[in-house]
Amino acid sequence: MTDRYRSFTNSRTGRRVASRLGLPRPAELRRYQPGEPLLPGPALLTATGNGQLSEILARVLDAAGVELHGVDDGRRRLSAIVVDATGVMGVADLAEVHATVGPALKRLQPSGRLLLFGRPVTDAGSTGEAAARQALDGLMRSVAKEVRAGATANLVVVDDGAEGSLESTVRFFLSGRSAFVSGQSVQVAARPTSTNDSPDWVRPLDGRVAVVTGAAQGIGAAIARVLARDGARVVCADLPAQGERLAEVANEVGGTGLQVDITASSAPDRIAGHATGRHGGLDVLVHNAGITRDRLLANMDAATWSSVLSVNLEAQLRINDGLLRSGALGAGSRIISASSTSGIAGNRGQANYAASKAGIIGMVRAAAPELASRSATINAVAPGFIETDMTASMPLAVREVARRLNSLRQGGQPVDVAETIAWLAQESSAGVNGQVVRVCGQNLVGA
Amino acid sequence: MASTVRRAAVVGGNRIPFARANGPYRHASNQDMLTTALDGLVARFGLQGEQLGEVAAGAVLKHSRDYNLTRECVLGSRLSPSTPAYDVQQACGTGLETTILVANKIALGQIDAGIAGGVDTTSDAPIAVSEDLRRVLLDLNAARDVKSRLAALRKLRPGQLKPDAPDNAEPRTGLSMGEHAAITALEWQISREAQDELTVASHRNLAAAYDRGFFDDLVTPYLGLTRDQNLRPDSDAAALSRLKPVFGKRLGDGTTATMTAGNSTPLSDGASTVLIASDEWAAQRRLPVLAHVVDAETAAVDYVHGEEGMLMAPAYAVPRLLARNGLALLDFDFYEVHEAFASTVLATLAAWEDADFCKRRLDLDSPLGPIDRSRLNVAGSSLAAGHPFAATGGRIVATLAHLLAERGSGRGLISICAAGGQGVVAILEAG
Repeated sequence: MTDRYRSFTNSRTGRRVASRLGLPRPAELRRYQPGEPLLPGPALLTATGNGQLSEILARVLDAAGVELHGVDDGRRRLSAIVVDATGVMGVADLAEVHATVGPALKRLQPSGRLLLFGRPVTDAGSTGEAAARQALDGLMRSVAKEVRAGATANLVVVDDGAEGSLESTVRFFLSGRSAFVSGQSVQVAARPTSTNDSPDWVRPLDGRVAVVTGAAQGIGAAIARVLARDGARVVCADLPAQGERLAEVANEVGGTGLQVDITASSAPDRIAGHATGRHGGLDVLVHNAGITRDRLLANMDAATWSSVLSVNLEAQLRINDGLLRSGALGAGSRIISASSTSGIAGNRGQANYAASKAGIIGMVRAAAPELASRSATINAVAPGFIETDMTASMPLAVREVARRLNSLRQGGQPVDVAETIAWLAQESSAGVNGQVVRVCGQNLVGA
Repeated sequence: MASTVRRAAVVGGNRIPFARANGPYRHASNQDMLTTALDGLVARFGLQGEQLGEVAAGAVLKHSRDYNLTRECVLGSRLSPSTPAYDVQQACGTGLETTILVANKIALGQIDAGIAGGVDTTSDAPIAVSEDLRRVLLDLNAARDVKSRLAALRKLRPGQLKPDAPDNAEPRTGLSMGEHAAITALEWQISREAQDELTVASHRNLAAAYDRGFFDDLVTPYLGLTRDQNLRPDSDAAALSRLKPVFGKRLGDGTTATMTAGNSTPLSDGASTVLIASDEWAAQRRLPVLAHVVDAETAAVDYVHGEEGMLMAPAYAVPRLLARNGLALLDFDFYEVHEAFASTVLATLAAWEDADFCKRRLDLDSPLGPIDRSRLNVAGSSLAAGHPFAATGGRIVATLAHLLAERGSGRGLISICAAGGQGVVAILEAG
């Protein structure tokens, strides 16, 4: 649905009115288009102290055709500020980050990027080092709230030895794929085995077979489109009752439609049978299907509670279990599950939904080590306010407030969730495992 | 020219749920419904942009503008526009006849894959001008000068303006399909109870099949309808017994009428498609082979002069098909006998069990039946699903192929009666 306020404040008159009245002016976000350069303008790449990533980051950015500057001349407009802060050893080193990032931020272009790289707090050599590492997180989150015009700030926490696993993540955060992802911290682990070392960045999912549940409409349909655009053969799955729209989506993306109730005990077999039978395998499983049945907990009957838990959580657990046990999801496979900011922050009237979505986070974290041992990954995305039929049916005032409650002052698009999932689905994202990535424009709710 | 034949494989099917006349598909045309059914099949099997050998389909009730209906549907679908198509019309036998046509071309190696199907709407029916008015208008069109135009126009009468809507009366007898069936029901003494019992079984079987997800890979919802509209899962004999007879009321002494709106199929709208291919074509695309088309037969009877009931032709087609394939009627795991009317199914079964009929009419020394009734229409049939004439064959072929694939082995018999005293029958065998 169109955001009329955003359209207005981006018109000539609207811009003047908004600036006179001091009203927020949501930007038109830069979104990914195949064939476009990674960044529209130059990037500043700096390192603090004894940063260990400068070389690899320079190589990645150079390969992506980014105009790179190691020194800030104080005049140049920047599309991205990339800071290797892996050398931060103590609180004093943070001043260096401040000294480089601060002035450069003023020249950050619309939809610009601040991308920080740090090390995990958990393996810091001292308490002081841990404190300084964690401090980067607070700095990043604050900058994400300070930058304007669609710019974002994010932090990549790089495990020791994960330097070689960074490329897909660097590309994601700098590109328009991460338009609605801001204020996030993502950890990248050393990838267990070397996968495809020279991926095709235009069709990073070429030859992969993906199953998307809930694909008949909204975010699920957007996921199917983006995965297909990136080269995947997509099995579009949804309830039999959704078959008419499902067939349209499947035909649009050149995939196949699978009418299946994910809560049925036969669902794992039917999904595996279709993917392997028709397409020769199953590489990417996207658990997108979900329902809401909102009620205050005190007024909620057992059926309302259990229907949401059954569809949103139990079905995923059963399907993952079945597909992993049967080997249908093998080495190199990717599971991506839809959580929600409600699962992180809770939401009035959504105890069942929030429980299911928080459960997803638990599932992803608990299953990650097992998946890693199979050279596979499991991650969750947690969408915030996304413009869908569901949010379009909210009362006007509630919708307007909900839209502006994030640092980008607007709702995200289904494609923003889809792009994040497509990044996690890539073979070269092997180092990203057990993560929960919010696609919420840094929503105030749920931190 | 191919010197050998190969077996054609049924890969799968797709249909839209069948609706009752003037129901949710009231404003859907044959072209809308068949295109949607084709696109659902394309989605199920990933056939976007695929050039197939042919698409054969048809409709019984057809607008004159739809002369190239199937080809137009192909052009409107996600199939490659270079897929040829043609229309077939053999009344209620259309859907099965198109299956036979496509399967035969595949068997002969003329094509590798094709789609058979059918569609019908009794809601969006063609309405024509009366025959008298049509003649006046044709004369008017042919007139070259004012005088002859006026002469043509002088023949106009108000009564000619009454539109001519299609009805289901047989042109040569003036009797409706139901009245014909009622004559046969009376002749074979088919009881009301037996007809209602068969009707209940059809509804219960169809409902159970939906409930266990059997149709998840066979039906794609359309215009808000997710299951066949006519289906009454809680149908029971007591409720059916309260319905008043609608056919055969003028036969006998008037107390013998047994056919009601419950144990007869309603006028329906819907479309069905079946994907048929060679084994190699299916394997190349990693598509399943649910069943193979073994053989088929068509028969016709002289119902005009009263020698046989109008819907009894399958009783003749089946023994000929069995003999050619060296099979007995009992050699089947599934029997799909189209339920135009419950009495039609029961009369056909009764004929096969009747030694006299089998001797005199079929020239057989012993009766063909009785069959194991638990193998009859196990996933429901037309009484519950509805019967959009040309779409029924495709529904039955796809359903039987799925039943055989589920079972993993075995053989099924399809028997479909059609207007004009015709019957189309076929044998499918598991993959």
